[in-house]
Amino acid sequence: MVVFDRPHALIDVPFHYCPGCTHGIVHRLVAEAIDELEIEGRTVGIAPVGCSVMAYDYFNCDMIEAAHGRAPAVATGVKRSDPDNLIVFTYQGDGDLASIGTAETVHAAARNENITIIFINNAIYGMTGGQMAPTSLPGQVTQTSPYGRDVNACGYPVKICEMLSELEGPEYLERVAVNSVRNVRAAKKAIKKAFQNQVEGKGFSLVEVISSCPTNWGMTPSQALKWVDEKMIPYYPLGVYKDRSAGIIPGAKEEA
Amino acid sequence: MTREYLFAGFGGQGLLFSGKVLAYKGLIEDKQVSWLPSYGPEMRGGTANCSVILSDEPVGAPIIAHPDVLVAMNLPSLDKYESEVKSGGVIFVDSTLIERKVEREDVSVYYVPATRLAGENGTPTLANMILMGKLLQVFDEYDEEHVNTALGKCISARHADLLGMNLKCMEIGRDYQE
Amino acid sequence: MKGNEAIAEAAIQAGCRHYFGYPITPQTEIAAYMAKRMPKIGGTFLQAESEIAAINMVYGVSSTGKRVMTSSSSPGISLKGEGISYLAGCDLPALIVNCQRGGPGLGGIQPSQSDYFQATRGGGHGDYHMIVLAPDSVQEMAELTIRGFELADEYRMPSMILADGTIGQMMEPVSFDFEIKEMPEKPWTTTGTKMQRPHNIVNSLYLKPEVLEQKNFERYEKYAVICEKEQRAEEYLMDDAEIVVTAFGIAARVAKNAVNAARAEGIKAGMIRPVTVWPFPEKAFKKALGTAKQFISVELSMGQMIEDVKLATECRVPVSLCCRVGGMIPSPDQVYAAIREAAGKAGE
Repeated sequence: MVVFDRPHALIDVPFHYCPGCTHGIVHRLVAEAIDELEIEGRTVGIAPVGCSVMAYDYFNCDMIEAAHGRAPAVATGVKRSDPDNLIVFTYQGDGDLASIGTAETVHAAARNENITIIFINNAIYGMTGGQMAPTSLPGQVTQTSPYGRDVNACGYPVKICEMLSELEGPEYLERVAVNSVRNVRAAKKAIKKAFQNQVEGKGFSLVEVISSCPTNWGMTPSQALKWVDEKMIPYYPLGVYKDRSAGIIPGAKEEA
Repeated sequence: MTREYLFAGFGGQGLLFSGKVLAYKGLIEDKQVSWLPSYGPEMRGGTANCSVILSDEPVGAPIIAHPDVLVAMNLPSLDKYESEVKSGGVIFVDSTLIERKVEREDVSVYYVPATRLAGENGTPTLANMILMGKLLQVFDEYDEEHVNTALGKCISARHADLLGMNLKCMEIGRDYQE
Repeated sequence: MKGNEAIAEAAIQAGCRHYFGYPITPQTEIAAYMAKRMPKIGGTFLQAESEIAAINMVYGVSSTGKRVMTSSSSPGISLKGEGISYLAGCDLPALIVNCQRGGPGLGGIQPSQSDYFQATRGGGHGDYHMIVLAPDSVQEMAELTIRGFELADEYRMPSMILADGTIGQMMEPVSFDFEIKEMPEKPWTTTGTKMQRPHNIVNSLYLKPEVLEQKNFERYEKYAVICEKEQRAEEYLMDDAEIVVTAFGIAARVAKNAVNAARAEGIKAGMIRPVTVWPFPEKAFKKALGTAKQFISVELSMGQMIEDVKLATECRVPVSLCCRVGGMIPSPDQVYAAIREAAGKAGE
């Protein structure tokens, strides 16, 4: 009896990710969602610039490598070329989505572009060696904030789910984490829903995944998971920020 | 034969439209044509001009340095372009808006109080078409059928009711005698 | 029909059903035309949040194999530079229209040709070219748009219409009686594997230098074929031309008047008008060396194409510049004076 197998939507090659990096988990969750919805043959994935730049080598569906930050615009083009058939997702990190590509993110959401975005927030630039990210926490020490992120000089972290939830456009915004079995299960559910929404034509669905980067955080993998729990999640609370179809709309809640 | 026309005045006076009517009339008459607007950041009120070339040969540069015909609808335009008109050329002046006379003696000049005539007709924005009617009459090129067709090409179906007014103003210009 | 509208209509006739753009003068008529037409023919018109987003939307559609375009004017083309480099690096076809205006910086909105270097050398980072077509009439705006799509598909690379504000704004009669080639097969597109084939990847990242070098070598072999096969120029009164005026786009319209005037005076003047500015029509220039005593490059720039003229003629005869910039256009008189001077008749 097979109880655990590689999803078909993942290619059988070793990941290049560092030990303890949670990209591998999220890749698997995305692939499982694609398998379960039986959409691999009509899915096009867009890889970003960042640690997951070579995600095109890991997913079995057709893949496009986008310029830094531009994945939502590329996804818009792909989706609009055949909106009835193609399923399009982007897989982006925090530097890509929340810094250089902020405009593309916000406007794809405002248009309720019928695409799925998997947003990896690990509070650091991983690939380039640990620089301060738009989501680095106040006081966080990085290569480019060696004395800790000084909010007076570099401003505050960008909370993507909170920010986008104020737009009328997007269908679904949820923040999840992958630092515990329970959280991984919830993340899987959210990612699958984000694809399901697209299949059903509901529109822009983004799942923000709080992730860890032991290498650039200078921690062991288990310390990093603990740091997610103690530092990241309190700053970036998990939960559904918007789910139009389920009636979860910021502002509307207070009136009810 | 090639004839180069320059329509100049304020934005909003319908100069580009006049040029377009002339260009379409040329097309109907199997001429080679070009129509080139000056384009500026102001949609209304800024200076505007429009160059039209009608020719029996393929049109070279669409930009006109020395027009054969100048239609001037404000003083700055006359000041600027009077000296550029070819010797032997023709200048049409909206004499309601331009008080001075043309100084050159080697060109023909027609003074038409177009803006006043347009106002009297209850169509104050159509001084441009009054001048156009005069222009065609001066060159003995007022072909009613062609004028009608050209106007039809330039006025969108949505504004079809304006066709009659434009035609009326062209006739006022055609029949005006100084 | 206006030049810009002719581009838009021709694109639709070429089968382009996806247009992405961002408002900028003087190319707005293209976007306006597309906004009106695309929804009625089942196409996509999308006003993007930026030029950068627009070119990346183009990149997305092109990855799926469909004909797609964007248009802009000089400052906007600079913003698209990154995306154009990616298109070239992924061997993706697309049509980009540049209705040039004066620069640098925000510059002005009047016509210019000062993006010649940017267009013919690639414009973005890396070793690459676009096929660059330079129309000089409304008719050519239409014709070269269709040709631009065809060449882009044939050679799998971006192509550009290098126009200017004047040609974009002017109206001339135009005929749309074109034969349009079938699109080639595109087995490389990302349109879903349908579980029938290994996945396709559209990508310009090669971390191994040997592999990236090889990719560049192959691309330049393709460019060599294009240089051999696709050069195109109008040669006007060139049989015995001693004074050769060279100009493209609107400058060529002006220069032609001057050449005619010079011929009327007995000066053996002629004109080479590059229609493809990349590949540069070197053959026409080499041929002209048989009779030419001097070349005059007429440009709406401080002298950009003149470098290609010097390279093509190997500086064997003098090459002079006759230009206006910043949105100004040389008059036929100015070009005529330059021809007279070259013919040694300046003082007469």
